[in-house]
Amino acid sequence: MKRTAFLIIGATAAFAAMATAEITADDVVFDEYGSVAMSLTGVAGDAANGRDLFKNRKLGNCLACHKNTDLSDQAFQGEVGPSLDGVGDRWNEEELRGIVSNPKNTFEDTIMPAFYRTSGFFRTLEKFEGKSILSAQDVEDVIAYLQTLTE
Amino acid sequence: MIGSNLLRVASIATIASLAFGTITANAQSLIINEEELMITQAPAAAHLENLDEVFSGWIYRTKETQSLQLDDFDNPGMIFVDQALDEWAKVDGSAGKSCAACHTGGPAEFAGLRTVLPRWDDEAGAIQSMEDYINECRTERMQADAWKWSGTSMTAMTALISLESRGMPVNVVIDGPASDAWEQGKDIYYTRVGQLDMSCANCHENNYDTMIRADHLSQGQTNGFPVYRLKNAKLNSTHARFKGCMKNIRATPYKEGSDEFRALELYVASRGNGLSVEGASVRN
Ligand code: HEC
Ligand code: HEC
Ligand code: HEC
Repeated sequence: MKRTAFLIIGATAAFAAMATAEITADDVVFDEYGSVAMSLTGVAGDAANGRDLFKNRKLGNCLACHKNTDLSDQAFQGEVGPSLDGVGDRWNEEELRGIVSNPKNTFEDTIMPAFYRTSGFFRTLEKFEGKSILSAQDVEDVIAYLQTLTE
Repeated sequence: MIGSNLLRVASIATIASLAFGTITANAQSLIINEEELMITQAPAAAHLENLDEVFSGWIYRTKETQSLQLDDFDNPGMIFVDQALDEWAKVDGSAGKSCAACHTGGPAEFAGLRTVLPRWDDEAGAIQSMEDYINECRTERMQADAWKWSGTSMTAMTALISLESRGMPVNVVIDGPASDAWEQGKDIYYTRVGQLDMSCANCHENNYDTMIRADHLSQGQTNGFPVYRLKNAKLNSTHARFKGCMKNIRATPYKEGSDEFRALELYVASRGNGLSVEGASVRN
């Protein structure tokens, strides 16, 4: 009995330690539909920061390809991808984490870039070599924001 | 401003869908100086597997930008053509020659040349762009320094020479000795590069006629080159444009004047076979 309790506490502690360690881009585990179950950082996403990242041209720049009524004050919304109005109703957190980290697992051959990927590129400009477009926490923030886009 | 831009796009699309039943292009015609009709829409050449029709980039520009190309007096690129005419007559280099000294027929000698460049050149044993021919004359025949590939003198001279082919359909040769380079160019066109992991085709074949942020995507044709861009207020070479597109997707561009860009130039030009050379065109 005592021993079991000890084991459980040990396992929880180990799990907590694992969950707070950031998952590197190469270690993200996608399921067969492209979803990512585990948080990339273990820290809850900040939707307000996610909203900023979404419109920032140097970071998410999601508006380059997606319309989003929640940001209707932003000029020049692209139409290469679908409007993200109501996207939080269409996809759950794990699916959104997969799509933003690397959408090629969800949508084969998509033009949408992988925002959390650091390898497998060709001729990347030196200053971006080995770097992902967004950080692990940025991705968590963006998907927290996407989940607020409901209709 | 933005709203009106998007609205305009919407209304163009509406007009087009009424006219052709599909959302394609602005129905307005490009007639320069009220007399030269440009072919801005043509059936795709047989070697173009994924497109039925090809469109000049002019079609996707706003009415304001489009109208700058309707009259040479409004076309800011023509200032550089005038400069090139001066350059044409100017003696340069230790051989004491000007272009005019040998090309006695004037730039008109080069009528039609733009339509077939770049092309395989037996003597060079390589694909040659217009810039290569000009620099060959400068270094070997004039004993003058080569011009920078995308420098002001070079882009101005290519504009002057291209103007002599304005209106004529692009007609580059892709087979015979050109075929290896053409295949290489095609390969580059369809290869995803850079941190954004995109190929030319992702934007210019699969998504032309859609807005990518503030830009109305065209098919990325080269029939308008050299292009006067409002953005940098100068003439731009094809290679400079390729470089810009690659850097935008955070890819290391090939060098201007490299064999890779010559091959890509040949391949992209062949995608526009049938469209009019627009001499110095105007884009944003
Ligand atoms: C270069 C264009 C491009 C950019 C930039 C882009 N996307 Fe996408 N996105 C697409 C396309 C195209 C699709 C549709 C999937 C496909 O290719 O079939 C898509 C699909 C999606 C979907 C699924 C939408 C649905 O309703 O099914 C989500 C969510 C999404 N993107 C989020 C984002 C976020 C968040 C960003 C910024 C961090 C972003 N995208 C940046 C092109 C883009
Ligand atoms: C010393 C004489 C000479 C001078 C000076 C000269 N060229 Fe040439 N140029 C030639 C000759 C010879 C050819 C090769 C013609 C041929 O192969 O049919 C040629 C070819 C060309 C071609 C390729 C034509 C084609 O149909 O393949 C271009 C373009 C050209 N010259 C432009 C210029 C320009 C621009 C200048 C001035 C910067 C210039 N040339 C100066 C003699 C000259
Ligand atoms: C992220 C999307 C994107 C990619 C990928 C891309 N381009 Fe572009 N390109 C643009 C935009 C935007 C413009 C300006 C608007 C237009 O004409 O489409 C442009 C313009 C051009 C033009 C000028 C067209 C004209 O009429 O003036 C050419 C040529 C071109 N691109 C070639 C290429 C080539 C070759 C590649 C691959 C090496 C490439 N592009 C990759 C977005 C892209």
